Amino acid sequence: MTQRMTQHAAGSAAPRTAGRVWALGHDVDTDQLAPGRHMKLPVPELARHCLEDFLPGFAAQVAPGDVLVAGRNFGCGSSREQAPAALHALGVAAVVAESFAGLFYRNAINLGLPVVVCSDAARVAASPWARVDAEGGTIEIEGGHVACEPIPAFLMDLLRAGGLLPHLKARLAASAPKTQEPS
Amino acid sequence: MAAQSPSPARACARGQTLAQKLVARAAGRAVVTPGEIVTCRVDLAMFHDSSGPRRLAPMLRELGAKPWDPERIVVITDHYVPADDDDSRAILRFTRDWVREHGIARFHDGEGICHVVLPQKGHLRPGMFVVGGDSHSPTGGAFGAYMFGIGATEMLGVLVTGEIWLRVPQTLRIEIDAPLPDRVVAKDVMLHLIGTMGSDGGRYRAVEYAGAGIDALPMQERMTLSNMTAELGGQTGLIASDHVTLAALREAGVDVSSIDASSWRSDVDADVDERVVLDAAALAPMVAAPHSPANAHPVGALAGERINVAYIGACTGAKLADLRMAAAVLRGGRVAPGVDLQVAPASVQDQQAAEREGTLGVLLAAGARLLPTACGACAGYGSHRFGPDVRAIATTARNFRGRMGDAGSEVFLASPYTVAASALTGRVTDPREIA
Repeated sequence: MTQRMTQHAAGSAAPRTAGRVWALGHDVDTDQLAPGRHMKLPVPELARHCLEDFLPGFAAQVAPGDVLVAGRNFGCGSSREQAPAALHALGVAAVVAESFAGLFYRNAINLGLPVVVCSDAARVAASPWARVDAEGGTIEIEGGHVACEPIPAFLMDLLRAGGLLPHLKARLAASAPKTQEPS
Repeated sequence: MAAQSPSPARACARGQTLAQKLVARAAGRAVVTPGEIVTCRVDLAMFHDSSGPRRLAPMLRELGAKPWDPERIVVITDHYVPADDDDSRAILRFTRDWVREHGIARFHDGEGICHVVLPQKGHLRPGMFVVGGDSHSPTGGAFGAYMFGIGATEMLGVLVTGEIWLRVPQTLRIEIDAPLPDRVVAKDVMLHLIGTMGSDGGRYRAVEYAGAGIDALPMQERMTLSNMTAELGGQTGLIASDHVTLAALREAGVDVSSIDASSWRSDVDADVDERVVLDAAALAPMVAAPHSPANAHPVGALAGERINVAYIGACTGAKLADLRMAAAVLRGGRVAPGVDLQVAPASVQDQQAAEREGTLGVLLAAGARLLPTACGACAGYGSHRFGPDVRAIATTARNFRGRMGDAGSEVFLASPYTVAASALTGRVTDPREIA
């Protein structure tokens, strides 16, 4: 159950590439992120209901580049990919958490949403803004940096490609028989 | 479908867990080491109406790709069954059209919940490597198959390549030292484990259930253990195959003559990451209070909590074995005034068997209301959702706030015995107190 959900005002010292921090609690489940009653909807519409029972107004207020910071077991529950897809559609730049449910973690990477494990997530949650360097394993916050687990190279490739679908597209294109150059 | 049943690599079988053996075979390797990333060939891919065609088709189209092997795909409708609005009807229609277009013969439409239908129709066997488009896919682990849940984009990857990457998991070994006491069942074991270890206690490891308590457990009870591994946070929930497995497969019409059941088990000298031994005699019926499966307590701690809905449903809680447990408590009784006892059998086959043997009759005579054989309120997708005033006790898997209905509704989780006993009294009740 989510214990605490607060959203800080953007701090004046935030670098241009940083996003506002949305602080969530432990065990944020997929049914909060993508409510079952809206699962019939396409992702862009479903995303408008993301966290609506728990953090009313989140979907309307979250801005592209914002960062979600949570406690343990983020994304527990269903395999529904609409949970990370909703966050991605809303422009969330990254989710930082003490730990993730395994299925959610895979789904997020496959969609190109950076998910970063950080034992010190509480410090990030206390900052009004954050800038996540998933590859380097650091998170810049107000007044300092926090270390996080770097995303393994294998998964960084997927993230850099924008997710599994673009990755597959490139792979299929590379293995397709060569066609003649257009004249 | 491969005619031959899988066998583990023999040369280097020493010191490997069941999970390692299953992954090694799928990766085409003699041995694998926990932590390394391997690419596995997928023997079978299962998905349903929600996670399946409606999500996969647009991506396949974008890639200009076709499923790698229609013979290795099983599609089952259960989430939007029965269709009760235009959107649901459109999703089911799309699913049926897609299956036909791609020549997928293994299609089960409205026959029950995927995790129960898949083994019942003979699609699983020990040694297989299987992915499912649903989080309760660890259920297949009860049959000695490495089965786990994935999302739609990852399923697309499987459909296009026939492969999937996997970080070779560590094993969390759960041992139950003796057969379970009277009216203590698999659901109680899992609520106990989730309550003590937390809903992330599995840490996405392979969970393996073993010991004399597991040996004595019937197949559908084993399925409940493997199923609820999802709520423990494990990737899969494995049980070594034995004569119980083979009997269930035979009943499902599988030719078991070529199945090498005894070799799909952990070596005695295999390294496990963590070992938990449960004292069967000390286990009690368990109830998870709202709003988390980890909020679990022995029934005595919550006894007396008022409920107005008793829900017997879901893959984890309405198989034939579950319906029999409920009937054993409800036989000759009548639900308490003001309690709505709802029964949504997990598969048509189980419902028909329950009807033939009189189990269903007992439930109906006690005042049960029969609901469609599908995911129903457990998934919370359709029109059958709990209203704000509902305080339910359910045999389902998850009681997250708002999952099964209005955010104001409350759900307690318990075994079919405990749910049936509570239906009789209108309060959370220890099933051992009902004659």
